Amino acid sequence: MLDQLIRFVVVPLVQILVVLAIISLIVAYLTLLERKILAFMQVRLSPRRTGPHGILQPIADSVKLLIKEDIIPDKADRFLFTLAPIVTVIAAFTALAVIPFAGGSIEVFGYTIHPWIADVNVGVVFLLAISSLGVYGILLGGWSSNSKYPMLGSLRGAAQMVSYEVPFGFSIIGVMMLSGTASMVGIVEAQREAHIWYFVPQIVGLFLFFVSGVAETNRLPFDLPEAESELVAGFHTEYSGMRWALFFLAEYTSMIIISGIVTTLFLGGWMRPFPNVEALSWLNFGLDGISPVLSGILWFSIKTFLVIFLYLWLRGTFPRYRYDQLMKLNWYWMIPLSIANVVVTGLVVVLAQK
Amino acid sequence: MFRTEMLDINMGPQHPATHGVLRLKLLLDGETVADTDVMIGYLHRGVEKLCETKSYPMIEAYTDRLDYVAAIYENLGYVEAVEKLMGVTVPERAEYIRVITAELQRIASHLVWLGTHALDLGAMTVYFYCFREREIILDLFEAFTGARLTYNAYRIGGLPWDVPPGWIDRVRHFVRIFPERQKEYDTLLTKNRIWLGRTKGVGILGAQDAIDFGVTGPCLRSAGVEYDVRKAHPYSVYDRFRFDIPVSHNCDTYDRYLLRMEEMRQSNRILEQALDHLPGGEVMAKVPKRIKPPAGEVYHTVEGPRGELGFYIVSLGDDRPYRMRFRSPSFVNLQALPLMVRGSLVADVVAVIGTLDIVLGDADR
Repeated sequence: MLDQLIRFVVVPLVQILVVLAIISLIVAYLTLLERKILAFMQVRLSPRRTGPHGILQPIADSVKLLIKEDIIPDKADRFLFTLAPIVTVIAAFTALAVIPFAGGSIEVFGYTIHPWIADVNVGVVFLLAISSLGVYGILLGGWSSNSKYPMLGSLRGAAQMVSYEVPFGFSIIGVMMLSGTASMVGIVEAQREAHIWYFVPQIVGLFLFFVSGVAETNRLPFDLPEAESELVAGFHTEYSGMRWALFFLAEYTSMIIISGIVTTLFLGGWMRPFPNVEALSWLNFGLDGISPVLSGILWFSIKTFLVIFLYLWLRGTFPRYRYDQLMKLNWYWMIPLSIANVVVTGLVVVLAQK
Repeated sequence: MFRTEMLDINMGPQHPATHGVLRLKLLLDGETVADTDVMIGYLHRGVEKLCETKSYPMIEAYTDRLDYVAAIYENLGYVEAVEKLMGVTVPERAEYIRVITAELQRIASHLVWLGTHALDLGAMTVYFYCFREREIILDLFEAFTGARLTYNAYRIGGLPWDVPPGWIDRVRHFVRIFPERQKEYDTLLTKNRIWLGRTKGVGILGAQDAIDFGVTGPCLRSAGVEYDVRKAHPYSVYDRFRFDIPVSHNCDTYDRYLLRMEEMRQSNRILEQALDHLPGGEVMAKVPKRIKPPAGEVYHTVEGPRGELGFYIVSLGDDRPYRMRFRSPSFVNLQALPLMVRGSLVADVVAVIGTLDIVLGDADR
C-alpha cells in the first residue's frame, strides 16, 4: 500500500515539482537569453545593470511583476478574465508531462525514476490535444477584457491557431508512420534503431512542424494576436502584473515545448549524434559513466537550445505577416504540403515493408 | 442570419505605431477598414501665432520644434525666406555647409523613417541598424551646433560659426562608410518575401489624387511625378550639384521604400560633391544687428525629406513678422491617408502611416 502510494503518487509529484521549478527558472532566463541574443544581433547592449551582465534581470523582472497592482477593468468579465491566463499556463505546462528529457532511469531508495513524467503510449496525440487548449486562453482573455483591441487580437489568435493546428498535426503523422509508435520515448528509441534521425527522411515534416509551431506559439513572424504595432498588445492589452506574466510564462514554456518536441521527434531526442557509433562516445563527455540520464539531459538541452535559438533568430530577422497572408500561407501551401508529405511517407513506408 | 456590426476603433493618440499623437478613428468591418477619420491637433502649440511676437532671429528656434526629426530643413527654409525678403547674399562657404548639413539631415530623417516603418511592420533589427548610422550624424550635428535634435543651426545671413576643426573629415568618413551600411538594410528588407508582401500594392496613391491633395515629396514621386524643389526651383547652391531625382510608377508602399533608399544614395552623392568643392572664406554676410526686413511678403520653399516645405512671411518693415505661415508637408500628406487605407486591412493602416512619414510636430504646428 505504502509502496504503491509512493510509486504512483509521491514520485510523480516530486517529478512534476522538479520539472516545473526547473522549467520556470529556464523560462525566466530564456527572457534574458532572448534579450542578449537580440541585442547581439542588433548591435546594442542588453540588460547589464542588475548583476554582472544582467544575470539578475529575470529575478528583478519577476519581483516587479509580482508586486504590481492587480488591475481588472471594470467592464471585464471578472471570472473569465482571471481564468484565461491560468488556462493558458496550465495548457502549456501540461504538455511538459510527456516530453522525455533523457533516456534510462535512476534508482532512488529502490524506486526507479525516469527522466520524464509520463510515457503515454499516445504521447504525440496527447501533445496535440493539450497544445490546442492554449487557444482557449487567448480567446477568453481577449473576449473577457471587453475591449476592442484585445478582441481583434483574440479573434486573430483563434483563427490562426486553429488553422495551424492542421499542418502541425499532419507533420507529426510522417514521424509516427516511420517509427510505428505514438509514444515519445518510443519515437526516440525508433530513431536509434533506424540509425537515422528523422529530420533526414522527414525534412519537409520538420520544416512544416517548426513553422506551424512558431505560429502556434504566436512568435514573430506570426505574432499577429499580439502585433504590438497594430493592436497595441493584442489579446493581453488589458492585462498587467502577474496575470500578464502568466501569459508570457505560457508563451515561453510553449517555445521550450515546441523546441523539445522538435528535438524528440526529428533530432533524436536525448541521443548524442550517431548513438550507435562507439568511437564517438566521447561526445557524452564522460557523463555516461555517472549516469546515462546526465548525458541525455545534456544532449537534449543542446538540441533544444539550438531550436530555441532559431526562434530568436527569426524574431531578429523577419517582419510580421499580414493576417490574410498568414492564412493564405497556411491553407494554400502548408496544408497541401503536409498532406503530400503524409502520402509520400506512407507510400515509402509501405513499399519498404514489401 | 447573424447580426454583424461595424467596429468603431480609436487608433491613437496613444498608440505604438501612429508616430506621435495622431488619432485615427477607424470604422472596421472585421479586419477591413471601411472608413478612416484623421484627427490631429494633439500637439498644437500655435507656433505661427507665437512667431508674430518674436523677433526674426528668435523665430528660428521655434522652427526647430516643428519637424523635430528634420529640424535643419525648418531652419533652412525659414532663414532663406528671410534672406530672400531682405535680399541678403550668403557667402559661398556658408551655402555649401548648409547643403552638407541639409543632406546629412535628409539621410538622418530617412533613417528614422526606415527604422520606424520597418519596426511597425515587425522587422525589429532594421531599426537599430538605422539608428546606429543616425547616431553618427547626430554626433556631427552636435559637434557643429551643440544640439542633437533642435539645432538652431543657421543665422540670417549665414552661419553662427564655422565648422569645428576635423569636422569635414568626419563627414567624409561617414560618406565613405554609409553605402556599405545601407547594403545591410537592403539585405534585411529589399528582397524579403514578407516585406514584399506587406508593402507591395499597399497604400496606393495615384498621380492625380496626389496632385489634388497637394501631396509632395517621395509620396508624389512614387506616383511618377518628377517634382523636387531642388531641381524645379533650385535654392541655395543646389544647381551646382549633379544628382538624380528617383521616380517610380507603382504608387505603392514598396516603391516609396525603394525611392527613399535611392534618395539616401543621392544625398550621399551630393555630400561627396559638396565636400570636394567646399570653398574657404567667411561664413556670415554683413547683416544689421537688428534685423528689419523691408515691408512686403515672401514665400520660399525647400525640399524637405517629407516633401515641399514652405514659409510665407508678411513683413510690415518691423523687427517681427506681421504674419507667419508654414506649409508643412506632414499636414498636407496626411490628408491622403483615408484614401490610401480605404478597403485595406488594419495592418495596412500601420504600413501607410509609416510610408507617409509624418511628424506630428510638423502636422500640428
